[in-house]
Amino acid sequence: MNWLTKIVRPKISTLWKKRDTAENLWHKCAQCGEMIFHRDLEAAQKVCPSCQHHMRLPARDRLQSLFDGGSYDEVEYPDVQIDPLNFKDEKKYTDRLKAARNKTGDKDAFIIAAGTLDAQSIVVALQNFEFMGGSLGMAAGEAIVRAADEAVTRKTPLILFAASGGARMQEGILSLMQLPRTTVAVQRLKDAGLPYLVVLTDPTTGGVTASYAMLGDIQIAEPGALVGFAGPRVIEQTIREKLPDGFQRAEYLKDHGMVDMVVHRHELRATLSRLVRLLMEKGMAAQITAPVSEPAQLPVTQVQTTLAVAANEDTDPRAEKDAAE
Amino acid sequence: MSTHSYLDFEKQVAELEGKVQELRQLASDDSTMDIADEVQKLESKSATLLRETYAKLNPWQKTQVARHPYRPHFKDYIDRLVEDFTPLAGDRYYGDDEAIQGGLGRFKGRSVVVIGHEKGNDTSSRLKHNFGMAMPEGYRKAVRLMDMAERFDLPVLSLIDTAGAYPGIGAEERGQAEAIARSTEKCLTLGVPMVSIIIGEGGSGGAVAIATANKVLMLEHSIYSVISPEGCASILWRDPAKSKEAAAAMKLTAQDLLEHNIIDLIIPEPIGGAHRGREAVMDAAGDAAIEALQSLSGLSADELRRQRQDKYLAMGRVAGTA
Ligand SMILES: [Zn+2]
Repeated sequence: MNWLTKIVRPKISTLWKKRDTAENLWHKCAQCGEMIFHRDLEAAQKVCPSCQHHMRLPARDRLQSLFDGGSYDEVEYPDVQIDPLNFKDEKKYTDRLKAARNKTGDKDAFIIAAGTLDAQSIVVALQNFEFMGGSLGMAAGEAIVRAADEAVTRKTPLILFAASGGARMQEGILSLMQLPRTTVAVQRLKDAGLPYLVVLTDPTTGGVTASYAMLGDIQIAEPGALVGFAGPRVIEQTIREKLPDGFQRAEYLKDHGMVDMVVHRHELRATLSRLVRLLMEKGMAAQITAPVSEPAQLPVTQVQTTLAVAANEDTDPRAEKDAAE
Repeated sequence: MSTHSYLDFEKQVAELEGKVQELRQLASDDSTMDIADEVQKLESKSATLLRETYAKLNPWQKTQVARHPYRPHFKDYIDRLVEDFTPLAGDRYYGDDEAIQGGLGRFKGRSVVVIGHEKGNDTSSRLKHNFGMAMPEGYRKAVRLMDMAERFDLPVLSLIDTAGAYPGIGAEERGQAEAIARSTEKCLTLGVPMVSIIIGEGGSGGAVAIATANKVLMLEHSIYSVISPEGCASILWRDPAKSKEAAAAMKLTAQDLLEHNIIDLIIPEPIGGAHRGREAVMDAAGDAAIEALQSLSGLSADELRRQRQDKYLAMGRVAGTA
């Protein structure tokens, strides 16, 4: 089955025009209050030039900034049953779904994209917070399974950008079952020996963090991103005390050993590219059948030592640390 | 143990049973009184009422039954069904979590690893077990026990009864989300048979973490949901008082879950709920568990993994799509 639907090519000029309305010309940074000209903000990938506050980056802007030449193929994922529980709160679930589809033009909260990053093939699964808070339901589960399968078929790493308020309550137990389901998807990727890189963006909370979003070979977080299992409000209500500053923010997670690095958005592409290169080369070690000419006379143990040192250099934690700072 | 902790929808039953007690009290003071007929009439009326009430419990009422303080808990099941139970403690990283209990024991003649949530049954034990709401250490202990089960080729039986994983500073600090994810992952890759029984509340990720099994069974009036009805009501209705509506909308009953192929079997409860027939319900659960385990015997480690993975991969998939 061919799941490829559309090939996305950058149309930068139309992007600018669309937003050239008077009220959108200037944007106020929510953190430092700086007024930023919209083109400058776009050019800075929605990072405040004065305080480095990372604002939410629209889904496709992120994809364009990641892939070579801003172009990639979008990969379709199977349809799911719509509203099997016939769920209605103050609004019907089907109405909420319709509104989200109209707003985003997508069928659910995930976009799967395939393309190259510095000429290396990658598959990206991106969770779109704009679509019902990036909530995890059956369609998102389907997308993650599809993205993992796509990566396995193409023998490429999977990079997942997480952004979600949690499980989609309107799908009840079926949304909860996406926790084990997406965990199976990640497992299949790992069984195939392919890297799974997770980028936690603001915000990533709830059931999402208790499954695929915390199972990456490497966990990256964007500066300031709120990441946690229980939302801050729920915790405050439970323990009846004020939460410490920076609680559940990316830097806090790094301090507590939950992520490998906090990476500035401007460094993210280079970091991901380097990680993909390092991890995919590791697979080549197994294919070395004959020793290269020079170490041929070395005892076997020494060859192994050499390889081990090389591997250590490849994953030098200091290199990652530099990227984080 | 007394079952005289009536739920609000059992008011009429409570009144009838109260009258019976009053009559008995009067008769014991006055031996000339013949109350036999009257007591029998009242008792049969109350039994009928109880049967009728429990035959058509709504999801919110089931939620209350599932949380009933006298419902049998993990420790009760262990005492009743598991010989030589040897509790094991600690995650070997940070501490021991009392909300998740586990250990080795002999179940129906064979050695097993049992894991489950314990809510406690009085103030001090509830505090000790943190009301069954686990910390990351609990899930990491579960992973450790599952690893051990695999190494010694022992089946895993898990008993689920939690409102959810604990939402607190320490829990977040020590990676609640990661601990749950790893435990779920361990369930999925386990090379030995695993059977889970939802005995009370199956609350969200905190339940899934030790309930991702080859066979999942549910007691008739237990619940299993993505969020508590109160939580759902306060988010979607912005009003916690709408819990009844939320419980109904979420489809959290054993009957709903069976219909959606999330669980494999419903274990019937005595009339009036598990708390009115504790031994009977524990025996029924034991029989159902051994039957489920037997149905998995003969499967290789790979077949067990594949069964579990295929089952969960299909959850939410429209039949016929890749
Ligand atoms: Zn700023």
